[in-house]
Amino acid sequence: MRVGIVGVGVVPFRPATPEYSWKEIMYEAASRAYADADINPREEVDSFITCAEDYWEGFGIFDEFTPDQLGAVLRPACTVTGDGIQGLAQGVLQIRAGLADVVAVEAHSKISDLLTYEGVVRHAMDPIWNKPLGGSPYYLAGLEMDAYLRAAKLSERDCAAIVTKNRQNARTNERAAHGVKLDVEDVLASPPISTPLKELDVAPLADTAVVLVLAAEARAKKLASDPVWIRGVGWNSDSPWLETREWAEAKYLENAAKMAYSEAKVRSPTSEFQLAEVDDKFSYKEPQHLEALGLSKKGSTAKAIRAGTFELGGDLPVNASGGSLGCGNVIEASGLHRVAEVALQLRGHAGRNQIDGARTGLAASWRGLPTATGAVAVLGVGR
Amino acid sequence: MRKVACIGAGMTLFRRRLLETGKEMCWEAARMALDSAGLTIDDVDAVVFGSAPDAFDGIHMKGENLLDGCGGVGKPYVRVFTGGGTAVFSPIAGYWHVASGAFDCVLVVNEEKMSSCQPHPQSVFGHIWDPILDRPLKPNLVWIFAMEMNRYMTVHKVRYEDVAAVAVKNKRNAVAHPCAQLADPNITVDDVKNSEMMAWPVRRLDISPPSDGASALVIASEDFVRKRKVESPVWFSGVGWCIDTTMWTDRDLYFPEYLARAAKMAYKQARIDDPRKQIDFAEPYDPFDYKELHHMEGLGLCKKGEAPVLTREGVTQRDGDLPTCPSGGLLGVGNPIAATMGIKVGELYWQLSGQAGKRQIPHEIHTGVTNAWGDLMQFSSVVVMRA
Repeated sequence: MRVGIVGVGVVPFRPATPEYSWKEIMYEAASRAYADADINPREEVDSFITCAEDYWEGFGIFDEFTPDQLGAVLRPACTVTGDGIQGLAQGVLQIRAGLADVVAVEAHSKISDLLTYEGVVRHAMDPIWNKPLGGSPYYLAGLEMDAYLRAAKLSERDCAAIVTKNRQNARTNERAAHGVKLDVEDVLASPPISTPLKELDVAPLADTAVVLVLAAEARAKKLASDPVWIRGVGWNSDSPWLETREWAEAKYLENAAKMAYSEAKVRSPTSEFQLAEVDDKFSYKEPQHLEALGLSKKGSTAKAIRAGTFELGGDLPVNASGGSLGCGNVIEASGLHRVAEVALQLRGHAGRNQIDGARTGLAASWRGLPTATGAVAVLGVGR
Repeated sequence: MRKVACIGAGMTLFRRRLLETGKEMCWEAARMALDSAGLTIDDVDAVVFGSAPDAFDGIHMKGENLLDGCGGVGKPYVRVFTGGGTAVFSPIAGYWHVASGAFDCVLVVNEEKMSSCQPHPQSVFGHIWDPILDRPLKPNLVWIFAMEMNRYMTVHKVRYEDVAAVAVKNKRNAVAHPCAQLADPNITVDDVKNSEMMAWPVRRLDISPPSDGASALVIASEDFVRKRKVESPVWFSGVGWCIDTTMWTDRDLYFPEYLARAAKMAYKQARIDDPRKQIDFAEPYDPFDYKELHHMEGLGLCKKGEAPVLTREGVTQRDGDLPTCPSGGLLGVGNPIAATMGIKVGELYWQLSGQAGKRQIPHEIHTGVTNAWGDLMQFSSVVVMRA
């Protein structure tokens, strides 16, 4: 049975949202999604899923604080402590299992409330072996960037080109918070964080909330004239041990893609998609993830970047939305936001960044430092 | 819809402080569950993890940290979280992994390591309140449960001795459980009544202890059960879950409406319209003794206010007409929050497959129900299983 996206609600990203609480942002995203799907959540949504982690929120048991603003009071609702695409996948499974006909999936970031972002990230590292080493956790990204660039024969300049591309794309996306015109030299000249990682290689944080309404095939056709079908989902984790996992390649995303492609019957990823929204919480993550997804052949990624393949107007536009580098890093909402961006593209609602003739797209996420967990969704319109 | 079965279960000892790390506890429970099903980790297609607040273990994204202990490396792995309700909710997530047709064999692992939290795990519960309305009052869980217990006792004119009888029953039942932390064959209602007053009317022995522990289940499709010739699978007949408003002060605490709705969802799927007649035994969530009574009523196993009467009359004893918490429950075996899956869904599996040993209900049983309860007294998850 197919599952379709029939409602999309995204609160425009902002670096800080001091005048609204996280409850109010969630409410706004939910209201937008329910209006888009034209449904009453109190009667027509059978199950609600929130993607959240306690420490990001500053609560114990954040699940307590989810029902009221989503219209989920006295209804089935739960939290998935994972990325938005993992939450989306659980919604798809609930529908296929016959437990629900319509599911609302929510993810948000009110990261501007958090004063000690790096401290919380460090708190996710192994408490015996890694956390006591101290320092900014960005050294993990610096080490990984170094390992990846050597293995893939990419330069820091190639990564800088990705930063300029994504932040440029964000300038014409009304939902983005960090659009800016940069040139490669600006990125290369930005202060080092953990060599070769520089300040502008890191996606800046932002606040948002995203709600998607999913429906079983028959219901989706009634609710939307042209639902965006979730043709395949996959999620996977590599080892939590920094010492034993793959550093030069994103094994988690390779496995997740395998699962999603097999369900979506994608045989040749390079020719199936008209666009891809791929996690880029750090600049080097975009090419690393493209290789893991089979969207760029290992060894020829540098050439493709230099030829403009992934630019808006290129053969395979990647992060036309601006990605995390341009829109902002919205932690667990990152994946769900990218699914929303692909859905808007496939519906033809992507405004000035619209890619003509987009029928099939892909969204891929990574949970960020220090995890090796990612998820993939293959989306399409039409039959 | 595909039929889904539980085909193996495992759990660690429940103790105030285990020397094993969280990862090791997960591994031990997972290993035991796989061994009991005659499988290895290579037979598992996906892993579901459950645990309550990260602050107990003191690790952000603890699901990621513990995933290798759970056998999740290189597999689809996801953590679900509904506070204390996770104990029965992660098996529901395991159920939909298989029922959807996406996977044939799923491992569900729940873990809780409360002892890492110093000086006492109760301090984590200082961070579960609304930061504006509740937190300035510095509430803790014992206080609000005392309010709920008092409301329940007042509305139904329940005697304290009838509530304490639940603690006595469960701690005595736990004598037969090899993992039990607080089993006591000689405990009496007077012992409970004379234990230290925590927050009136709640005494120390009305409350389950903080514990370390892990538990695991193997959940598989009908095809898998047939192909692997699994002996005595126990089938999921119905699942349900429901959340009430965050604003707990707006609710009448005498009855868990969220549980009644979760049960309705599960009973509809299990085709149960008269739970008292169609259900043979129950494992309601019992972190406090009054909660067993509260939950029996929410589950529709008796009329509102009738649960203390059934307890007094011995109906809920292991050899009674409606055995309730034959495992010994959280009060007797221990309360490592999410890991109590092992004495809730795990007990349903062991009882219905005839593997409960000294805890085995002496008469014939076909259908069991269990629930867990969590968040701010607002969430319940329900599972109905049949042999």
